[in-house]
Amino acid sequence: MDYKWLCATALALAACQAFAQEQRPRQAGENAFNPSISLILQGTAARSSQDPENYRIDGFAPSGGEVAPAPRSFSLGESELIISANIDPYFRGQLTAALTPENEVEVEEAFFQTLGLGKGFTLKGGRFLSGIGYQNEIHQHAWDFQDAPLPYKAFLGGRLNDDGVQLRWLAPTDLFLEFGAELGRGRAFPSADSSRNGAGAWSLFAHAGGDLGASTAWRAGLSHLQAKPEDRAFEDSDSLGNAVTQSFSGTSKLWIADFVLKWAPNGNATITNFKLQGEYFRRDESGSLTYDDGTALNGAYASRQSGWYLQGVYQFMPRWRAGLRYDRLDHGTVDNAIVTGGLGPSAADFGPLMTAYNPSRSTVMLDWSPSEFSRLRLQLASDKSRADVTDYQVLLQYIFSLGAHGAHTF
Amino acid sequence: MRSIIALVLAAASWPGLAALNIFACTPEWGALAQELGGDKASVYTATTALQDPHHIEARPSLIARARRADLVVCTGAELEIGWLPLVLTQSGNPNIQFGERGYFEAASAARMIEVPQRVDRAMGDVHPAGNPHLHLDPLNISRVAKALAARMSLLDAQDATYYIGRELDFQKRWHEATARWEREAKPLQGLPLVVHHRDLSYLLAWLGMREVGILEPKPGVPPSAAHLAELLGSLQQTPAKAVVRSAYQDPRAADWLAGQARLPSIVLPFTVGGSERAKDLFGLYEDSIARLLGATK
Repeated sequence: MDYKWLCATALALAACQAFAQEQRPRQAGENAFNPSISLILQGTAARSSQDPENYRIDGFAPSGGEVAPAPRSFSLGESELIISANIDPYFRGQLTAALTPENEVEVEEAFFQTLGLGKGFTLKGGRFLSGIGYQNEIHQHAWDFQDAPLPYKAFLGGRLNDDGVQLRWLAPTDLFLEFGAELGRGRAFPSADSSRNGAGAWSLFAHAGGDLGASTAWRAGLSHLQAKPEDRAFEDSDSLGNAVTQSFSGTSKLWIADFVLKWAPNGNATITNFKLQGEYFRRDESGSLTYDDGTALNGAYASRQSGWYLQGVYQFMPRWRAGLRYDRLDHGTVDNAIVTGGLGPSAADFGPLMTAYNPSRSTVMLDWSPSEFSRLRLQLASDKSRADVTDYQVLLQYIFSLGAHGAHTF
Repeated sequence: MRSIIALVLAAASWPGLAALNIFACTPEWGALAQELGGDKASVYTATTALQDPHHIEARPSLIARARRADLVVCTGAELEIGWLPLVLTQSGNPNIQFGERGYFEAASAARMIEVPQRVDRAMGDVHPAGNPHLHLDPLNISRVAKALAARMSLLDAQDATYYIGRELDFQKRWHEATARWEREAKPLQGLPLVVHHRDLSYLLAWLGMREVGILEPKPGVPPSAAHLAELLGSLQQTPAKAVVRSAYQDPRAADWLAGQARLPSIVLPFTVGGSERAKDLFGLYEDSIARLLGATK
């Protein structure tokens, strides 16, 4: 508006001409408006001492997500197709579709995002990776290890990408301070999709970040996710091997504290750099549990469980990085009135929920990136997710990205 | 408690006086914006001369700075493609989005060289719009200065005469300096050089130097032993006078080749802040030419 007025004044005439001149068309034709497209190809070759098909995390309710280690032998990973563009001056849109090795298409993300809300606000809507925690918002192909940390597997089914809306606000300060709130349908763990009006889950998060000198950058965050699962059920077998269904209804509250620190000499990450990342999860659930082996029993249920991981990745020379990760879950306390009330079943009949066991895992990896568009990785893990056995895993992974140059989040 | 102190400190550092809050992607554009903006502009430079401009991360501090910027001054030509789009979308600042008046690309005003006929990632990290290291051509600096001053006048109309006045003064000094550098750099004409990456092409083209080898086998691909050995062999047929690299590049390949071929290894500041003398754009050019002239003696 003031632009037109300004252009009418003699003083700024030269300025307006220059503004018009510097806008040169780059490309003509209908294709000029095609969105940017990038494709991620990935796959693994894996060996493991335990069958990934029988993977479980003892002491924790099954999350129903894709949490098992890479399948044995050669296996295609998810091929990701990412299409994004500015829609108009006000919105941006993105689709991330995963073509699974089972020949299915999964919508990982499909969202719009505002560009012009102003005052530091951004609104997102659709299906998107939630802003809680640190790793949750990072696409799988950009992870530093092939699989998710144990707390992500146990508490979020690998990651949270609900259908809903997100509002973020960035504070006008030199220190990076960002606050966000999400309202979601609650379509997956820790929710259980139910047909109800209104939101099934909500979350709040705050991130702070900045630089420590020229060489170090950091970000830390606190997040809270609250869900109200109804009949969140899973199939199990009791101590005699009979099939039972257990389901939980109530409130699930998750807190996440996360931090990431990146160091590179003078902030130049091309030769050597180091990244340290860790997250702590705590979950409180309270409500009621139903135990159904033909006759349904019902009792109050409350649990307080936690988990954390810490990982460091060091690029010791151009192209080569080595990483170490340790993750651990703490079974915590589980109060199950079906057992304590003497309704019949004992703790042994609640395999996943009541095994007093603290799963842990150690992982090392070495990766080689011929260019920023290709990466080959060797990863070894000793996985004690199951109470009775240690699973030794070794895998080779490739990740290739084609097409548009994707920008990676910090 | 500490976070409260941090908040208060951050609040205290809000710029209130400067008319234009400028976010410059690279030091050369930060320096130019400061030349033109004087005390009417508060300039934040996102990267340093010791950082590879191709590989910057969308750090939280950059997003926080972009949030309050009135004008983003970047190179364009996909140099900042790996991080700037993310900084812009996460900034929640509508004024600096692509295509807005608060978004300025130097490449839109500059003359580009090495524009590829076709692009394919098999060619390495090539830029479809041409070589983005365009600030080492003094004519480009002059072109960008004109367009940038015009843009600043557009955004801050009250101070338009101030910016245009400073621009004219800068152009005059720059023009004189360019003529002086061209005289001084006469001995550099035809000087054969091995470069690390094609980030000095504009400088070479301007002063008539010749590139007889590149340490990187392909743009963006780090030098390999096999490629360096091959390069060393080819230097027997086409000898070079020096191996040049920029301050942000890994010294090992350049130093190895220089040692093997008994050539001087020259480090150029590449941009403002890349050496002690390169304090501003004038210092950058003066120091670069002085260092190259050292190789001809």
